[in-house]
Amino acid sequence: MLSLVRSLWEVFRHAFARRVTVQYPEQKAYLSPRYRGRIVLTRDPDGGERCVACNLCAVACPVDCISLQATEDEHGRRYPEFFRINFSRCIFCGFCEEACPTYAIQLTPDTEMGEYKRKNLVYEKEDLMIDGPGKYPDYNFWRVAGVAIGGKDKGQAEKELVPVDTHSLLP
Amino acid sequence: MMAKFLPLLVIAVVLFVVLNLAAGLIWVERRLLALWQDRYGPNRVGPFGLGQIVADSIKLFTKEDWIPPFADKPVFVLAPAIVVATALISFAVVPFAPGFVIADLNVGILFLLAMSSLGVYSVVLAGWSSNNKYSLLGGIRASAQMMSYEVFMGLALLGVVILAGSFRLTDIVEAQRGMWFVIPQFLGFILFLIAGVAETRRLPFDLAEAESELIAGFHSEYSGMKFGMFFVGEYIGVILISATIALLFFGGWLGPVLPPAFWFGAKTMFFICLFILFRAGLPRPRFDQLMSWGWKVLLPLALINLLVTGAVVLARR
Ligand code: SF4
Ligand code: SF4
Repeated sequence: MLSLVRSLWEVFRHAFARRVTVQYPEQKAYLSPRYRGRIVLTRDPDGGERCVACNLCAVACPVDCISLQATEDEHGRRYPEFFRINFSRCIFCGFCEEACPTYAIQLTPDTEMGEYKRKNLVYEKEDLMIDGPGKYPDYNFWRVAGVAIGGKDKGQAEKELVPVDTHSLLP
Repeated sequence: MMAKFLPLLVIAVVLFVVLNLAAGLIWVERRLLALWQDRYGPNRVGPFGLGQIVADSIKLFTKEDWIPPFADKPVFVLAPAIVVATALISFAVVPFAPGFVIADLNVGILFLLAMSSLGVYSVVLAGWSSNNKYSLLGGIRASAQMMSYEVFMGLALLGVVILAGSFRLTDIVEAQRGMWFVIPQFLGFILFLIAGVAETRRLPFDLAEAESELIAGFHSEYSGMKFGMFFVGEYIGVILISATIALLFFGGWLGPVLPPAFWFGAKTMFFICLFILFRAGLPRPRFDQLMSWGWKVLLPLALINLLVTGAVVLARR
């Protein structure tokens, strides 16, 4: 019986406690940089597209909401011809980001993407592309990958050894 | 001419105040609960979120008013009306200020008790006519709970009646000029408070609707304004019990300087807030705990209170 009175008193004291509600449209809650919100496609530090259209994100996506078509430019760089995410199906699990070998696809702390028409939730590549490198400012896939592209031959990538000359007998 | 219309005017004012207060309590309760849970509650529609009352009413009125095909139609429709009607009729004997009362019955308290007992028909009939297991369970619980809590509700009041020497509510208030009855009748006050909460089926005694066990119990089949009637009825009940407590134990309209109606309103409002605090702070007991508390603890206490009060008053003579 006394414990009931005590709990009543404890609850009453909360009348003078600070309210924890964040008055949303005026005040915004803090979302950490790793928050899983709107998805973006990032670029290299050099400004080139990071995505190599490997389709790993589309495979990893549990709700199959990513669709893309790979193609290649004149330098031999693979890139997606189109890249489409249907955000009305996306569950913001972040699996795509984890699957991506090039840090191209990233989730951002932005959740304000409400729309009146469902069709407007299908984001095309131009909606997804951003100008910066996102959370990984220094990474450049094409500079570390041992793939020959225009302007960078085999063995010229960072920390990459020159390919072994199998015709030579020298060690 | 004036004397003829005065009672009508009083009735109109009482109805206006009580019904608006009952609707307003939706907002008050949500804001207060939020305050005690460190939230804000509805604060967007209009100043302080007061427009929420209008929004809620419009919503309730425009909802589909559905009567399940398996329900007992006439009873189903009647049930929500009973709860509001009995609660409103009870206000006929409540004196808001000296002379401001619709019917100053000489058995005012008995009338109050009788009307609030009739209110249980609403719950039982609603549970029965819904033709739904959960509703029926809710109805059964409500009837058992009312039955056992009404017994000592009446007994707890008798101490006050003995001290005042009258069943008339105005007399009881006047008898508290020297001292509020809450002091000599503290036990009676506590008992009446508990019984009052049980009588209005508010948390922690809301076993009849217990949404976590009975999915809203007796009114799970109700929708639209019929559901709204149950809610308004519950709020009117809360106002009624709060007003009764203020009248019987806290000197009704008596108070210094400010007008009597203000004092009555302020005391009533205080107890309404206390009711909401109960809801915010207390867990719901198990049904057998509720029953054994009622019969084994509260009823004997009420009897002892009655005996002691009677003995003291006799010895004083
Ligand atoms: S966050 Fe999850 S659901 Fe959304 S696109 Fe990426 S993998 Fe698919
Ligand atoms: S975003 Fe990443 S995982 Fe998806 S196709 Fe492009 S490179 Fe591959």
